[in-house]
Amino acid sequence: MVPSKSLKIVVCIKQVPAVPDMKIDPATHTLVREGVPSILNPWDKIGVEEGIRLREKYGGEVTVITMGPPQAKEAVLECLAMGADKGIILSDSTFAGADTIATAYTLSMQIKKMIYDIIICGRLAMDAETGHVGPHLAELLGIPQICYVKRVDVDIDRERVIAHREVEEGVEIVEAPLPVLLTVMKGLNEPRLPTLKGVIGSRRKEIRVINSSELGGDMSKYGLKGSPTSMKKVFPPPLRKPKMILQGDPKEVVESLVQVLLREK
Amino acid sequence: MSEDTIKEITDFSGYKGVWVFAEQRDERLKNVGLELLSVGRRLADKLREELVAVLLGHKVEELADELSAYGADKVILVENELLKRYTVDAYVKALAELSLKYKPSILLIGGTLKGRELAPRLAARLGTGITSDCTDFDIDEEGYLVQIKPFGKLMAEILCRTRPQMATAKPNIFKKLEQDRSRKAAVIREEVKISPEEIHTKVIKVIEVTNNPYENIENAERIVAGGRGLGSKENFKLIYELADVVGAAVAGTRSVVDRGWLSANQQVGQSGKTVAPKLYIAVGISGGAYHTVGMQNSEVIVAINKDPNAPILQMATYGVVGDLFKIVPLLIEKLKRIQR
Repeated sequence: MVPSKSLKIVVCIKQVPAVPDMKIDPATHTLVREGVPSILNPWDKIGVEEGIRLREKYGGEVTVITMGPPQAKEAVLECLAMGADKGIILSDSTFAGADTIATAYTLSMQIKKMIYDIIICGRLAMDAETGHVGPHLAELLGIPQICYVKRVDVDIDRERVIAHREVEEGVEIVEAPLPVLLTVMKGLNEPRLPTLKGVIGSRRKEIRVINSSELGGDMSKYGLKGSPTSMKKVFPPPLRKPKMILQGDPKEVVESLVQVLLREK
Repeated sequence: MSEDTIKEITDFSGYKGVWVFAEQRDERLKNVGLELLSVGRRLADKLREELVAVLLGHKVEELADELSAYGADKVILVENELLKRYTVDAYVKALAELSLKYKPSILLIGGTLKGRELAPRLAARLGTGITSDCTDFDIDEEGYLVQIKPFGKLMAEILCRTRPQMATAKPNIFKKLEQDRSRKAAVIREEVKISPEEIHTKVIKVIEVTNNPYENIENAERIVAGGRGLGSKENFKLIYELADVVGAAVAGTRSVVDRGWLSANQQVGQSGKTVAPKLYIAVGISGGAYHTVGMQNSEVIVAINKDPNAPILQMATYGVVGDLFKIVPLLIEKLKRIQR
């Protein structure tokens, strides 16, 4: 088989609350997303940008995919306005309340039906900050993963990705065969702003909304029911009682602060 | 969701033991594994089960003594040349095979960058759940692992209805036990067959970076941290100046790192590093849980904030209410005078 000398790129995105102050549904103990202003997860935006850059360099197609409520369309439109080619929204009440395992399962059911060379995920999402979905998804698809990517090059003839990734001791340069899943770090690129032409063009691009019956798969693995983990309760963090509050004239405050700090030693 | 539905009636009697993954690099153990042995010890005692350290590498047998001195009852040791250097493919394979064979009830993994990419892949292979960045653990009446972690401004308790119950925790969250060299854990050698072809993501080269001392926040005894209250990147020179006088590293919140005022490895909090220095001076930081979870174990916390209602003042050992642009220069001047 002659390898396709262009890249099919899938970028997984998530719409997250614009503020870190999240609300929790008291009945299900899951995040309330309705009525909360949302943005495209900043790490995912970097993923979309990288996907577009790879397509510009090597040719191909960028599809963004998300699992979420119907309002996730806003985030998908933003990616299309940036330059992604197509959008897919997996949306169904059955998918609601999913933990990272159920989310990755849902994404994998759609991606398995597609042809892809590179899957890109943000290193983590701003709301829950787990960073789990990328590695879960790579495993469910049975493909290699490269996490914490700061630079990507594709050897299109050898069908391999060479990436720089962050590790504790510095930077690891790694190589993996296509198809591969990457999770991307801040600093990889500076995402472009959609142009007016891009915004207008995005309205003509295809966005498919797929529900659970169309997606198929094992219904018991979706949403809250398919999630191995669940929140039992939430409670306010324990407060450390302040030993001392200093206020008033700055000079006196600093004087007292230095006194107490010297005693701490 | 009620607790009855979380805990389906499933027989977990075959799953026993608390496992801790002991990450090593260049034949040296990472602290986080030893820290997890301490909380693992508490969980194992409560369950009346064994605490097992899992050690992967090549020529690392000697490290088993250290693992027993820090609390392990048993060390499962896999030595293989292909495990000498970490690769996600080889390490996931080894841990998955061991886990399928021995069926641990709990598996804790240090939340290093490597741990955090390895653990979720392993969880998906084992078909089990995983919770990231736990800050505490407990065992409930039915023997479930209660996984405690910050969730927005709140704390959450999470349960897992599959086994093993997997979780990661960052370095510096738990304190190591006192070393007891008289403890001798049983060492069990296991073999895992790994072929080079199974390692898909191959390391070509590692470029090691020598840390800028200001940025070495995980090992610093003192840290001066700045938040959005500083107002600009230029104003961070105040923070660096104070750090010089105190002999401290420099850290900050996610929002200042996002603004490019500090580099990403200086970020403290949920998506950054966890630190526990002797002295943490928080300047212009309001103190949401996403930040404080990364520094709450510091011995002495000084917070300087103009808002008397800032949450950071609630947790500080010494809270200073005032304008940082007045307080910090005075503090620098005063400390310099003392040192002279």
